[in-house]
Amino acid sequence: MTELLEVQDLKVSFGAGREAVRGVDLTVGRGETLAVVGESGCGKSLTALSLLGLEPAAAQVTGSATLGGTELIGRGERELRRLRGTRAAMIFQDPMSSLNPTTRIGTQIAEVLAIHSPMRRSARLRQAVELMESVGITDAAARARQMPHELSGGMRQRVMISIALAGSPELLIADEPTTALDVTVQAQVLALLRERTRDTALLFITHDMGVVAEIADRVAVMYAGKVVETGTVREVLEAPRHPYTAALLRSVPDPDRPAAGELPTIPGQVPAVGAVLEGCPFRPRCDHADDTCATAPALVEGVACWHPVSRESQEVA
Amino acid sequence: MADLVVAEGLVKRYAVRGGTMAAVDGVSLRVGQGTTLALVGESGCGKSTTGRLLLALERPDEGSVEVAGQAVHSIGKKQLRELRRTMQPVFQDPYDSLNGRMTVGQIVSEPLRVHRFRGDLDARVRELLEAVTLAPELAQRYPHELSGGQRQRVAIARAIALDPEFLVCDEPVSALDVSVQAQVVNLLRRLQDERGITYLFISHDLALVRHLAHRVAVMYLGRIVEEGETEELFADPRHPYTQLLLAAAPRPRVRDHERQEPVEQLGEATSALTRSGGCAFAPRCPLATDRCRTEDPALRPLADTRAAACHYAETARVGAA
Repeated sequence: MTELLEVQDLKVSFGAGREAVRGVDLTVGRGETLAVVGESGCGKSLTALSLLGLEPAAAQVTGSATLGGTELIGRGERELRRLRGTRAAMIFQDPMSSLNPTTRIGTQIAEVLAIHSPMRRSARLRQAVELMESVGITDAAARARQMPHELSGGMRQRVMISIALAGSPELLIADEPTTALDVTVQAQVLALLRERTRDTALLFITHDMGVVAEIADRVAVMYAGKVVETGTVREVLEAPRHPYTAALLRSVPDPDRPAAGELPTIPGQVPAVGAVLEGCPFRPRCDHADDTCATAPALVEGVACWHPVSRESQEVA
Repeated sequence: MADLVVAEGLVKRYAVRGGTMAAVDGVSLRVGQGTTLALVGESGCGKSTTGRLLLALERPDEGSVEVAGQAVHSIGKKQLRELRRTMQPVFQDPYDSLNGRMTVGQIVSEPLRVHRFRGDLDARVRELLEAVTLAPELAQRYPHELSGGQRQRVAIARAIALDPEFLVCDEPVSALDVSVQAQVVNLLRRLQDERGITYLFISHDLALVRHLAHRVAVMYLGRIVEEGETEELFADPRHPYTQLLLAAAPRPRVRDHERQEPVEQLGEATSALTRSGGCAFAPRCPLATDRCRTEDPALRPLADTRAAACHYAETARVGAA
């Protein structure tokens, strides 16, 4: 597969030495979905935002990210703006923050269409309604005349997906797009994303391993600003190699199994963003840690750990 | 086992544009002493309002609540104040529910001071922080200096300060990271084992519920549509909504996406405002018949410990097994 998005040694820092993203490598192929999974403060959202120049103003971004050969890092705002929506688009957790609360839904979609191709207003509105239908919004013509607050969270997220896909971008970045939704609605929005991104590269940010299973082809697990494990969704979920990935998977209760005593936990907590970390960042919380872990392990064959769990030793759950 | 909490026929209506809406529409429930009842359902189903009614944080339009034999909505102010010692809330967001201008020690000791605790306040605060596995030194800190998991532990320490018998936990771990969630869940279980606390555990997360609850009540648009012992209900859900809710819970396991799940066709909840004559779930239910659209099914017993509000509860099965 030719890689559409190639991220190399991406770093995002705030002031001297406070690195929140500490050298991330990622690739996403055309039609492929890469889930970046991790807990709060691991740098997953910042990684996604910085690809499209949407990082906070105080952040410094270095490294490289190419989209079909075009370098994204260090581009001017004007060039990035041309790129957003046409070649790459993004959806967020809270659609309300992206929608104009005082403008009818149909008009907002039509505004985006106007940027992509010149059309008469009536044609744009008609196409907006078609787009809404295409993302499963029933009674779209009536919904198009409504204000954002009159739609449910799930419907607003469908609207955002329709806007994001309106320009047929090569890359869609989705930052926790279903986290605020009810589980039944989440299942529907994930199915919609799966179906509508068959030919689009999807970079999907989430904290939820269950959502990973529903959407991803490949997975990158982040911890303290670094990718600590990467592999196919089957490899990572069924036979995790990094002790952090394994512990994270164990600590999630299973709706299909009766309760059996205490839930396995990971002692301690994630390091603060920008904390100075020497050696393996997971070392203070890791059962396997020893003196070798004082040196930071590189990502080798999909895992950044001196003592990875071997795939062979794990039974498929 | 005796029931510590007994609610009968609770109704709570709110004025909305175009009339009133019953957020809670005839809810009856019992929670056995020292056990956990989970109230599950999606946003807007009335589970949080039910929790607030039980704690007398809201007044019901109809129905009654008894906690430890006292009718919480008809006793005098002074008695209610006394009763509040025995029932406490723990909310979802420990960022909102802790006063940012108070130290952890002040937050945890506030209920003790309000209820004129006689004894060594500092020693009691230390004891409470230890009970929730926080270092006693944290008493000097402010909430913003703590992590999310630490804050929720402070909220729990405060809630158990007066040795309550009954805690209403409203999505207590939803805002926490996965690795921290497990720590807080284990803490809640341990506190129940050690102190015999009774919980109403309000949650949308079925996996957590299966892990924590003895009994489960599933709510949909203001009503309980199914209830039963946790293991029975998970092993054999009888209401189509429970079946779909269970199927929709994301699991960290790879599955074949070519096979479409029934929940992907489910649509979204209608509002309680537009409730028509029939079953409230009928507009979304893949099994709905004409009878469902015209005749509202009552919550009826299926077995000793089981009840469901579905005309076809005995045979209902959504999708493949």
